[in-house]
Amino acid sequence: MSPWIEKQRYIIDFTISSLLRRKVKNFGLLALYTLIVFILASTMFFTYSIKKEASIILQGSPEIVVQKLVAGRHDLFPVRDIETLRNIRGVADVQSRLWGYYYDSLVKANYTLLTPPAQTDTAHAGTRTITVDSDTDDSSKPLFTLNGAALEPGTLIIGNGIARLRAIGKGDYMPFRASDGSIMNLKIVDTLSSQSELVSSDLMLMTEQDFRKLFGIAPDYVTDAVMTVKNPSEISMVAAKINKRLPDSRPIVREEILRTYDSIFNWRGGMMIVIFSAAVLAFVIFAWDKASGLSAGERREIGILKAVGWETSDVIQMKFWEGAMISLTAFFSGVILAYIHVFFTGSPVFEPALRGWSSLYPNFALTPFINAEQITTLFFLTVVPYTVATIVPTWRAATIDPDTAMRHTGE
Amino acid sequence: MIELVNVRKVFNAGNPSEFSALNSVNLNIAQNKVTVLKGPSGSGKTTLLSIVGCMSRPSAGRVKLNGREITSLPERFLTDIRRKTFGFIFQQPNLIKGISVLENVMLPAYPLGEKRSSLKVKAMQGLAELNIASKAASKVEWLSGGEAQRASIVRALINNPSIIIADEPTAHLDTKLSYRFMEIIEKFKSEGKTVIITSHDPLVYDAAIVDRVVNFRDGQIEGES
Repeated sequence: MSPWIEKQRYIIDFTISSLLRRKVKNFGLLALYTLIVFILASTMFFTYSIKKEASIILQGSPEIVVQKLVAGRHDLFPVRDIETLRNIRGVADVQSRLWGYYYDSLVKANYTLLTPPAQTDTAHAGTRTITVDSDTDDSSKPLFTLNGAALEPGTLIIGNGIARLRAIGKGDYMPFRASDGSIMNLKIVDTLSSQSELVSSDLMLMTEQDFRKLFGIAPDYVTDAVMTVKNPSEISMVAAKINKRLPDSRPIVREEILRTYDSIFNWRGGMMIVIFSAAVLAFVIFAWDKASGLSAGERREIGILKAVGWETSDVIQMKFWEGAMISLTAFFSGVILAYIHVFFTGSPVFEPALRGWSSLYPNFALTPFINAEQITTLFFLTVVPYTVATIVPTWRAATIDPDTAMRHTGE
Repeated sequence: MIELVNVRKVFNAGNPSEFSALNSVNLNIAQNKVTVLKGPSGSGKTTLLSIVGCMSRPSAGRVKLNGREITSLPERFLTDIRRKTFGFIFQQPNLIKGISVLENVMLPAYPLGEKRSSLKVKAMQGLAELNIASKAASKVEWLSGGEAQRASIVRALINNPSIIIADEPTAHLDTKLSYRFMEIIEKFKSEGKTVIITSHDPLVYDAAIVDRVVNFRDGQIEGES
């Protein structure tokens, strides 16, 4: 083996023994560093994945939603106007929707109630898939799917958030207070798939008949209408025609819905930026502390090494390896822990603040989306400054005479 | 062999705390001899020793080693000379805590990239010669004062230097250990090494093996005895 390689081995061996000599200090340093990387990486993974997830799910939302307006407020949509919408040139399909909110005073939570508008029998005998959106474009994920449950009058299907909150499940009954004051007891026939819990956590599905009875809505009214347009580039044109033919209505195109969701997630992302900034600040303080100087013991040790014949470059190399080992270990541990935290354990650290609303927090595993650019940014934000911060004071100490380094510190 | 010409050393130059540790020192140190630099604390002995050993540079003057001017050499050349030519025995053992005696002894040889097995054999031989081979695996903080001193001597010898520099080596040793140390110095001399010692201990400068004693006071040579 060449002397150069042997020398590198000696330096690395000495570095490792150096790290182990200050076990408590270095372990504390590593733990703090890992924690900061963990927070930064969790923030990055979480915001990126939640936005990605939401945009994929919401790609399946209707192209146009038409609402009736009365005095500028959303009102019930007359069924007779559905035909007017169908007659607009370029419209592929129009479906009516019945949906609303129900406040459960028992658990102080708001539920979203919905009647499934389209029920498609699948090829599999005995299984039925219910899709909420009328857009069956196979490139997009349905809002939610359900297998094997037939929704009949007197029954309902609930989201996982509700099931958790009320500790109920399939076969249980759930009481509702109808608009006329009577109590409706509906039997739960299933819970919604957790695949898209981000948007279905607080959702309840019930038949049209039960929905109208619960809220006292006449048969000639629905909540709103959803439309599919033959040519997506004509969406704005169709929306303009709707405005013209039904002046008291409001067409909402998908892009607007996506924009709204995007702004909500951006707002939540903003909260993450606050956490992110705090973690970056902690890191800066930590790196500054490291950069501001070496302990008397470390200076003395550098003095001894130089006195016995180590070159400045050997000492710097040793300290570089020391910094690199700590920062790389912390970086990889932090990133791996953040990955597990966000994608396997459902981000318990920041979940309550960032997802869902009311008291129904979604509980679902985010699909892992990792952006290489983000990981690289994180690497350059943490490993590089720390390693540099380790080298600077070492360089300062290693370039002074060994005699001075030893004299000023003593034994 | 070692020649000092008009060597001056000023600390904190330009500051109110400026002081001159060495003033125009001219000295020749012969090869294969034991030279003692004698003088009270603060007389400039250690400063001179660190300049001779390439651990620091003089503020003025020249230092020649075997006729070669070394004062103006870049740091890495000085390090190389220090590593190959000089073995240092400090007043304090200056061992690195937390690692074994063997590792401490091998430290000066690391930058040379010598094969580990042969380096280990050499280090163990050195420890055996000074009767501390049994402590090779012990951490240095477990050693007694004398053992730590001997470990630092083995470390000074690991690269087989031709000049041994010892700064107040008996300051922390009792009489018995001090005599033992002088026996070791005698052995170095018999092996043809040059030894430079600073001391104000009569046990050192009155020893029979000492060839020359240079008296220091206030940064200047006062005479020889």
